[in-house]
Amino acid sequence: MKKRNRLPLFAVPYVGWMALFVVAPILMVVLYAFTNAQAGFLFSPDGFTLDNFARMGSYAPVFLRSFQLAIVATLVCVLIGYPVAYFMAREGEQFQKMAMVIIMLPMWMNFLLRTYSWIAILDRNGFINQFCRAIGLFDLINGIFGTNLEYFQMLGTPGAVVLGMVYNYLPFMILPIYSVILKLDHSLLEAARDLGADSVSVFRRVIFPLSLPGILSGVTMVFVPSVSTFAISQMMGGGTQMMLGDLIELQFLGGAYNPYLGSAIALVMMVIVVICMYVMNRFGEGEEEAVML
Amino acid sequence: MSRKNSIGSRLFMGLVFFFLYAPILLLIIFSFNEGTSSAVWKGFSLKWYGELFQDRIIMNSVYTTLIVSVIATLVATVAGTLAAIGFYNMRKSIREPLMTINGIPMMNADIVTGVSLCLLFAAAFGAWNGFVSWMEVNYRLTAPRLYQGFGTLLIAHITFNIPYVILSVMPKLKQMDKHLLDAAQDLGCTWMQAFWKVALPEIKPGIVSGMLIAFTMSIDDFVISYFTAGATSSTLAMTIYSMTKKRVSPEINAISTLLFGAVLVLLILVNVLETRQQKQKKYTD
Repeated sequence: MKKRNRLPLFAVPYVGWMALFVVAPILMVVLYAFTNAQAGFLFSPDGFTLDNFARMGSYAPVFLRSFQLAIVATLVCVLIGYPVAYFMAREGEQFQKMAMVIIMLPMWMNFLLRTYSWIAILDRNGFINQFCRAIGLFDLINGIFGTNLEYFQMLGTPGAVVLGMVYNYLPFMILPIYSVILKLDHSLLEAARDLGADSVSVFRRVIFPLSLPGILSGVTMVFVPSVSTFAISQMMGGGTQMMLGDLIELQFLGGAYNPYLGSAIALVMMVIVVICMYVMNRFGEGEEEAVML
Repeated sequence: MSRKNSIGSRLFMGLVFFFLYAPILLLIIFSFNEGTSSAVWKGFSLKWYGELFQDRIIMNSVYTTLIVSVIATLVATVAGTLAAIGFYNMRKSIREPLMTINGIPMMNADIVTGVSLCLLFAAAFGAWNGFVSWMEVNYRLTAPRLYQGFGTLLIAHITFNIPYVILSVMPKLKQMDKHLLDAAQDLGCTWMQAFWKVALPEIKPGIVSGMLIAFTMSIDDFVISYFTAGATSSTLAMTIYSMTKKRVSPEINAISTLLFGAVLVLLILVNVLETRQQKQKKYTD
C-alpha cells in the first residue's frame, strides 16, 4: 500500500500556484501598506511607515458611508430574504425547484447590466417618473404644496445605492437561509407543537434560532461584497456616493495613483473580511454547502 | 414543513421575484427598441442586433470573455481536481492549512484579490522590464518586455476558479469508499488505472459541477478582470463598465438578451437531459 502515498503529489503544482498567486499578492499588499510612498521600498532606510493608515483618517466619511450603506443593505436583505426563504421551504418540491431556478437565473446575467437597467427605471425621465407624470402625481403634489416638482431625484442618492446592492445580493441571502430551513429537523417542530407551542412560538423559539447559521452566512455573503463594491456605487450613486471600493480603485487605476495608500485600505478590508469569517465560523457550522449554493 | 402558505405570503414571493426580473425584462424589451433611449419606446426593430455584430469593440470583448472563461475553466478543472485528490490524501495537519489558503480567493472581497494581483504583476513586470533595459544597455541582449494583458487576465481567472473546483470535488472524494482504490489495485490495476477507471467516475459529478461554477464565475467576473487585464485586453463586463461612464448603446441590451437567452436554453437543455436520464435509470432499475 506504499503506492498510495504518491497521491498527495497531485497537489504540488497547485500549492506552487497558490504560493505565487494567492499568498505572494497578499504579502505584497501588506508590504505596500507599511511602505513609505517617498522611499518606495519597505526595506530601504525610513521605508517603514504607518502614514498610510494615518492618512485614512481624512477619508473617515467614506468609511462611514460604506459601512452605513452596507449595513442598511444587509438588513434589508435579511428582512426580504428571510420570509422568501421561509415561504419557499414550505411549498411543494416542484415549486421549490422552480423558485431556485428563478432566484439563480439573474445571477447568470452580468451584474453591471442588471444594475445599469435600474438607471433606466430611476432616471429623471425613467419609468417611475414617467408613470408618476402619467397619473398626474406631480400636478397633484404641486397643487397641494405649491411646489414646482417635475421629477423625483432618485439616482445619486444613498437609497439608490442601497437598492442596487439589495437587488444584486439578495439571492446570496435567500439561498443559505433556505438551505438551512430546509434541513431543519421536523421532529423538533412536531415536538414543540405537541408540547403546546402555537405557531408563533414555534417560529420564534425553534425555527428562527435554528436558522441563525443561515442568516449569519447570508449576512456575510451580502455584507462583504456590499462594503467593498465600487461599480454599483458609481452607477447608482452617479459619483456622489463614494465608497471604500471607489477609494481603492482611485488609488490603483484612477487619478489619485497611490498604491501604498490603496494597499493600506485593502488591508483594512481584508481584516474586515477575516472578522466576518471568524464570527461566521464561531456560530455557524457546516456552512460550506450553503456557500456553494 | 408541509403547511401551506397563505395568499399573502405567496404574493410577497411573487413581488420579490418580480423585483428580481423587472430590470432584466426591461433590458430585453428595449433591446428591440427602434430609438436609442432605454426608457422611451419608439417601435419594434432589430437594428441593435445588426449593429452589435458590426461593433468591433463589443465583439472583441465578447471573444476575449469567452476565450478566457473557457481556457481558465479547463485549466482550473484539471488542476483543481488533481489538487483535491492530492489534498484529500494528505495528513490532516498539512491539509487543513492548505485548505484555508485555498479558501482565501473565495472569501476575500473581489476588489482585494484584484488589487493584490495587480500589485504583484506590476512589481514583477517592473523588475523584469528593468532587468531587460539593463541587459540592453550593458550587454546588448534583449528580451520582450512584459505588460499586463491577456496572460495576466488568464492567470487571475485560473486563480479564482480553482478553489470552487476543489470545493465541489472534495465532498465527492469524501463520499467515495476508500477501499475501492485498494480493491482495484489488488485486482491487478496499476494505481494509474485505479485512478482513471475507479476514482474518476466516482467523483465525476463533483468535477462537472465544479466546472460549471468556475465557468459562471469567469463569465460573470468584472472586478478582478478590471484590475488585472491591463490596457490591452477587455472583457465584456469591462466594456460595459466603460460604456456606463459615457453613454450606453442599446447594443448592450442586445448582447445581454442574447447571452441571457443562451443561458436559458442551456438550462432547459440540462434539465431535459437530466429528467430523461432519471427516467432511463428508473427503467433499468
